Amino acid sequence: MSATIATPTPSRLRLGLRAATIAVILLLALMPVLNRLPADHALHISDFVVSITGKWICYAILALAIDLAWGYAGLLSLGHGAFFALGGYAIGMHLMRLIGPRGVYGHPVLPDFMVFLGYTDLPIFWWGFQSFPYALFMALFVPGVLAGVVGFLAFRSRITGVYFSIITQAMTYALMLAFFRNDMGFGGNNGFTDFKELLGMPLNAGGTRAALFYASLATLVGTYFLCAWITRSKLGRVLIAVRDAESRVRFLGYSVTQAKLFVFVLSAMISGLAGALYVPQVGIINPGEFSPGNSIEAVIWVAVGGRGTLIGAALGAFSVNAMKTWLTTIAPDLWLFALGGLFVAVTLLLPKGLLGLLRGRRS
Amino acid sequence: MSTKGRLYLDGVSVVFDGFRALNNLSLVVEPGEMRAVIGPNGAGKTTMMDVITGKTRPTSGTVRFGDHDLTRMDEADIANLGIGRKFQKPTVFDALTVFENLELALKAPRGPFACLRWILTGEAKARIDQVMEETGLTARAGDLAAILSHGQRQWLEIGMLLMQDPQLLLVDEPVAGMTDQETEHTAALLRRIAGERSVVVVEHDLEFVRALGRKVTVLHEGTMLSEGPIDQVQNDPRVIEVYLGR
Repeated sequence: MSATIATPTPSRLRLGLRAATIAVILLLALMPVLNRLPADHALHISDFVVSITGKWICYAILALAIDLAWGYAGLLSLGHGAFFALGGYAIGMHLMRLIGPRGVYGHPVLPDFMVFLGYTDLPIFWWGFQSFPYALFMALFVPGVLAGVVGFLAFRSRITGVYFSIITQAMTYALMLAFFRNDMGFGGNNGFTDFKELLGMPLNAGGTRAALFYASLATLVGTYFLCAWITRSKLGRVLIAVRDAESRVRFLGYSVTQAKLFVFVLSAMISGLAGALYVPQVGIINPGEFSPGNSIEAVIWVAVGGRGTLIGAALGAFSVNAMKTWLTTIAPDLWLFALGGLFVAVTLLLPKGLLGLLRGRRS
Repeated sequence: MSTKGRLYLDGVSVVFDGFRALNNLSLVVEPGEMRAVIGPNGAGKTTMMDVITGKTRPTSGTVRFGDHDLTRMDEADIANLGIGRKFQKPTVFDALTVFENLELALKAPRGPFACLRWILTGEAKARIDQVMEETGLTARAGDLAAILSHGQRQWLEIGMLLMQDPQLLLVDEPVAGMTDQETEHTAALLRRIAGERSVVVVEHDLEFVRALGRKVTVLHEGTMLSEGPIDQVQNDPRVIEVYLGR
């Protein structure tokens, strides 16, 4: 028996990757500082770059959430954009309540769109959203409950693979259609915008933007450690086992339904948090965020970066979005072809994504 | 008479789209007994295992293990009851190491939060080391299961069953595709595992069944054709007819 096949050791590459990750995080942390430099300074970074990077950080959090579910537990959700959007709507409702009498119609309580649509009272599901902790709680709770219900029904009935993906896709599409309706009470196709302030700070002030940027960066790092802790625990190994041989896991006595439900709900909550950080930074949320294309794009980030690697998912979110920004500036019509081409190319040539390319044969 | 740890099948039928995979099958395996089940292809051997482990629900009939009605439980509950299964095609987790495969199988709380908090104690590690020793996999502890040979995969799966410490073990064709040397090693492993456990072995290889030297059940077209010591079974005219044709 040959027992001499080398076991993979933590290579210099992996240590290098870790160092590079820390360096990137430090550089990101420096961006709002460099933004404060005079505009003619060589190291000055423009508002545009800082704000777009803040968006990408939120996307990277979403990518981590998708990687946790897809890369480890094999749950390919094509509807994670819905959880992201719900988190965004929850914080958007808070921001709308804070506008108060400063709206166009000057109503003390009702947001403009409600006055316009002839509402006389605030709908019950809007109650409480003047409180920031409540809105933040709902940004996690609503996606979590939705994932819990959809997941429970799907996993209990042993719906797996592509069928599960289709159900999640239908979920986000149904929500998009629902949120487009004016009588849903979420502002119809205009959604929410014209936000004024958050936690007493004006949203258009430089300091607020920097604070949101740092909050997102801290959440990204925190989410990474949470996901890393889970994937390195025995639960992480159970999830990998579920991904690769689901029925065998059942015969070992594990409840596959419980394991999947745990990871799917947690992943949805992380996505909701990402959406909650995203909306104050972009200043708008509308039903377009539910469009199936958004969810699919997010899955492509993870595929490009390398699924089942966490770091790769975040890397994919940054690199694909950088490419999108660049390409939609020089040749907007080409972007969707490039995105599709990228997905095909990665699937065929780089099944482990960019990170797989760096790491070589390991994992 | 106590029913503890006793496997009891009575009048079990499984019908798939009008095809009777099991037809009024009855079988009792006493605690500590080792039973070989043989039969031609399509006799219902694997379906019988599926019924016992909760993978397939019987159309009619009773399936009990001790006092538990197995027809109302799912795979995970049945596994936790102490019924372990080894598949025909070895199924181990390729993306995990040999050690990690065994760790997953180790008897411990199975809920997601318990798994999240799980810490490998010295006792658990000693148990895993012991099973790796018994199955001859110590040198491969850190290797991914994906790179094991066919025989080693079989032993890893048997090792995982040992970790589960089941009361009843169902083993499906353990020596299919093995070299003679591997077959010998496997037979020795199974005999050691048996101990006080009940074991049901499904096998094609009559020599292997003879080597086990235990009571044999012959299945044919989903029902029991003959039961008894191997010599008696082999001389049963009905068995000869099924195996050799008219």
